[in-house]
Amino acid sequence: MKFVVPVAIFVALALIPLLAAVGVHVPGIVTLIASRVMIFALAAMSLDLIMGIGGLPSFGHAAPVAIGAYAVAVCDAAGVQAAAAVIPAALAAAGLFALATGAVALRTRGVNFIMITLAFAQMVYFATGSLADYGGDDGYTLSARTTVFGLDLLDAKRIYLTTLVVLIAVYVLLRVIAASRFGRALAAIRQNRGRVQALGIDAFAIELAALVIAAMIAALAGVLMANQAEFVSPAYAAWGRSGELMVMVILGGLGTLHGAVIGAAIVVLAEEGLGAVTQHWPLVLGPFLVLAVLFFRHGIVGGARR
Amino acid sequence: MTLLIVQALNGAQLGMLLFLIAAGLTLVFGVMNFVNLAHGVQYMIGAYLGVSFALLTGSFWAGLVLASLTAGAFGLLLEWLIFRHLYKRGELDQVLATFGVILSLNEGTRLIWGSNPLELPMPDLLSGSFQLVEGLRYPVYRVAVMAAGLLVALALALVVNRTRIGMLIRAGASNGPMVSALGVDIMRLFRVVFGVGAMMAGFAGVLAAPLVSVEPGMGENLLILAFVVIVIGGVGSIRGAFVAAVIVGLVDTLGRSLITDAAQAALSGPASARVGPAVASMLIYLVMAAVLAVKPAGLFAART
Repeated sequence: MKFVVPVAIFVALALIPLLAAVGVHVPGIVTLIASRVMIFALAAMSLDLIMGIGGLPSFGHAAPVAIGAYAVAVCDAAGVQAAAAVIPAALAAAGLFALATGAVALRTRGVNFIMITLAFAQMVYFATGSLADYGGDDGYTLSARTTVFGLDLLDAKRIYLTTLVVLIAVYVLLRVIAASRFGRALAAIRQNRGRVQALGIDAFAIELAALVIAAMIAALAGVLMANQAEFVSPAYAAWGRSGELMVMVILGGLGTLHGAVIGAAIVVLAEEGLGAVTQHWPLVLGPFLVLAVLFFRHGIVGGARR
Repeated sequence: MTLLIVQALNGAQLGMLLFLIAAGLTLVFGVMNFVNLAHGVQYMIGAYLGVSFALLTGSFWAGLVLASLTAGAFGLLLEWLIFRHLYKRGELDQVLATFGVILSLNEGTRLIWGSNPLELPMPDLLSGSFQLVEGLRYPVYRVAVMAAGLLVALALALVVNRTRIGMLIRAGASNGPMVSALGVDIMRLFRVVFGVGAMMAGFAGVLAAPLVSVEPGMGENLLILAFVVIVIGGVGSIRGAFVAAVIVGLVDTLGRSLITDAAQAALSGPASARVGPAVASMLIYLVMAAVLAVKPAGLFAART
């Protein structure tokens, strides 16, 4: 029973290429929006690992996404498109970033943790904006998409399927992590840090490792995002992006992992859908968030704890 | 050298604006443990109201007073409508709801005043400049902003350190439940703090309006800097907010010119032009990290 909802979500997402394969006409915009949903879902899911399972409310999760995206841009400018180089570079850069900033941010809890992660993300935002070689504030247009062992798995036609496969693989990976000794220790730290430490477990090391893992997955989302848009800009690290990722996780249901996919779908569809109707769509989404918090406390999936 | 003086003055002036925003924010955090992301919106609303009231009354000064008061009242309205329901919630709910408030109000501002940046002319009285040293003039208005910030800081310090209500605020920041248990209506106390904080942010918005372009979303960049200020200064401490605001203002402004120069000296050629600005933009965050490494609760934490 536990896996009915996540399986249903992934089957629904797989329907789009399946329908197209049997000859049903799927409008390009549907595929485009659905792949955006999946890319954001990937980032939101990684945030759920630290925020939902680990209880570490990061308001700076757009930063590792942007770092992953900029890794694509930096490699592209150097004439490198091979995923075998791009992806390790993206993961390493985001992992190191999370290691350094996490070591500082983890010295604090709660509200301070929120503010500090937000501040470090803002640092990435301004730092990417000052990279004159990569377009500065204007951003950088990729000369070509990343290739996987010479195959164009990320071109406009195939990126949907590639993203879906990555999303499912990451979901399974995160489930395995959550069920492992490490994942259970992480959840236990959220519930009672002092007790976990009294058991002789190094809570700091586990939390830091979780931050690094989440950042690497977010960087992977950044690589996909850069390839989908064929464009990278500091806006990837904007504070509003971090806020959106938080909204996705909380709306979907903290700590559920697949809730992040639902949350991502709601936010992306709301933005695209409302955006098509009115340019003032935040006037709908904003009050909706306020009301959702005031009256609808446990997210869509309802698995939220605490 | 003269450039350095100008940069230092600009830094101090940014510090004063940051203090006006951070002071209210740090007390709201301190007393109620409430994360108000929408505090930056007060700054934006202050600036917009300042522009409108100044146009309406034909006077910058009337605009300044009216806009500050209206921004304060608007803050209290938001508190009554939304925020008071959030105090007992976790910080994630607070973040989510106030994020929603930001989205709504930024867009609402765009709807009412349009997307184009507005300008507020300086008052005639302060529009001149004066001679700082030989061959260097500095605008009077920026000095006036600094003076206004200092005055508010002094007044606030007097109230917080010398009056009964200030004592209650300090007590509330270090242990709210205890103050409440002693029979103080902490909600009423908090409402006063919130209203004054909202008013100060609005005041800062009007002061800044002649120096920056007034546009939707202008509050958030300053809000995040104010977060850095609070993290460095310590939650709930006015003194910490003041010291940290000056540090952040100076480091950010001076850093940009000094680091760029230093990078040019150290790395000749085109590399310097790239490294300098990137490092400079990261400087205040590195300062924040350094402070946290030594004092995780900030320099002057109210809560021990």
